[in-house]
Amino acid sequence: MKKENLIQYIYGIADNALILGQRLSELCGHGPNLETDIACTNMALDLLGQTRSYYQYAAHLSGEKVTEDDIAFLRTERQYKNVLLVEQPNTNFAYIITRQFFYDVFHLLLLQELQNSKDETLAAIAKKGIKEVSYHQRFSSDWIKRLGDGTEVSHQKTQEAVNDLWKFTDELFQLTEEDKNAVELGVGVDVSLLKEKYYQIVGEVLEEATLSVPELKWFRKGGKEGIHSEHMGYLLSDLQYMQRTYPNMKW
Amino acid sequence: MTIELEQHIDPKLFSILEKVSDPEIPVLSIMDMGVVRFAQMVNNIAQIKITPTYSGCPAMDVIGDDIINAFSQENIEAKVSLVLSPAWTTDWITPRGRKALEEYGIAAPLEEDADKEALLGNKKIVKCPQCGSTNTKMISQFGSTACKALFQCEDCLEPFDYFKCLK
Repeated sequence: MKKENLIQYIYGIADNALILGQRLSELCGHGPNLETDIACTNMALDLLGQTRSYYQYAAHLSGEKVTEDDIAFLRTERQYKNVLLVEQPNTNFAYIITRQFFYDVFHLLLLQELQNSKDETLAAIAKKGIKEVSYHQRFSSDWIKRLGDGTEVSHQKTQEAVNDLWKFTDELFQLTEEDKNAVELGVGVDVSLLKEKYYQIVGEVLEEATLSVPELKWFRKGGKEGIHSEHMGYLLSDLQYMQRTYPNMKW
Repeated sequence: MTIELEQHIDPKLFSILEKVSDPEIPVLSIMDMGVVRFAQMVNNIAQIKITPTYSGCPAMDVIGDDIINAFSQENIEAKVSLVLSPAWTTDWITPRGRKALEEYGIAAPLEEDADKEALLGNKKIVKCPQCGSTNTKMISQFGSTACKALFQCEDCLEPFDYFKCLK
């Protein structure tokens, strides 16, 4: 696989972990209670750890001058390849959990396939990640059930979050040119094949949570091509602030 | 980032590595933790490879620095690198490590199936490291670090960390 294509393919996976990790990090000290606050930041830590492994690999492929920090902090909005779902803001706890659940189910299916990649490094990162993401999915699924099948208010808020975030789910299964190239070479995962299983798992959990599956025919997309929602710029200005204000600063 | 399949430790380096402990669980040496995968002298430099417990474990950077310091005290230059595969599992914690965890107040990981039952709240099997009772309940699936969950003993009421099974 051409280096540049592989790097772009890595961004396509890693940027999701970075951006969702950033969203979860924003909750540090702001979670609804101490335990959930710690849980969300723990998941953020796992995701940022995975991001580092991917970016270190991409930096290694890019040549000596590029570091993992350059990739995380110094790209422009259009150069981030994350899906729109993960950049959606922390509106309320029902949104946070629904966004997490929608991504966790996909994330686990993706890593379960990626562990068979012909690229040894990607396979190793995936194998490590599976252990962590299974745990995330258990956490978010439990909360979906607890909120959906909870009080009238929690049910209503979670149903709203499900209805609102549903339009971002289809993008998860779209193949970019880099994806197609990576799939052909046995390096990447054909995400379009994960779709059926994804909606089955999501449907089962929603049903148990007494939530209904939206009947939506229109979906939003663009993140994978770098065309993001209006929230992304704000997120990046926060994420990149220190490196932009004090270039090359270190801890 | 390379891939290393088996653990290769030079016995002569063992005693130096054993002095380095996990910064978040100071009673536990990194050897008992099972994170050192490779340690050999190559051209008079100690080449050490470690593997993270969790991808985002912030202790790894500190452990790397501590290893270099431990070797420099013996006038040996050391180089530390990270390996990801095979992924770390709680099975690599040695029996001595498990004992150290318990004495420190952290419940050691159960086997995979039992762990699931405990974390889902189906069975009361996690033993309180303070009083030994298994009448304990999970407070939160995520604890003070990524590798632990928070439990509480319903007999002595003491809250404690449980080291989650990772396989």
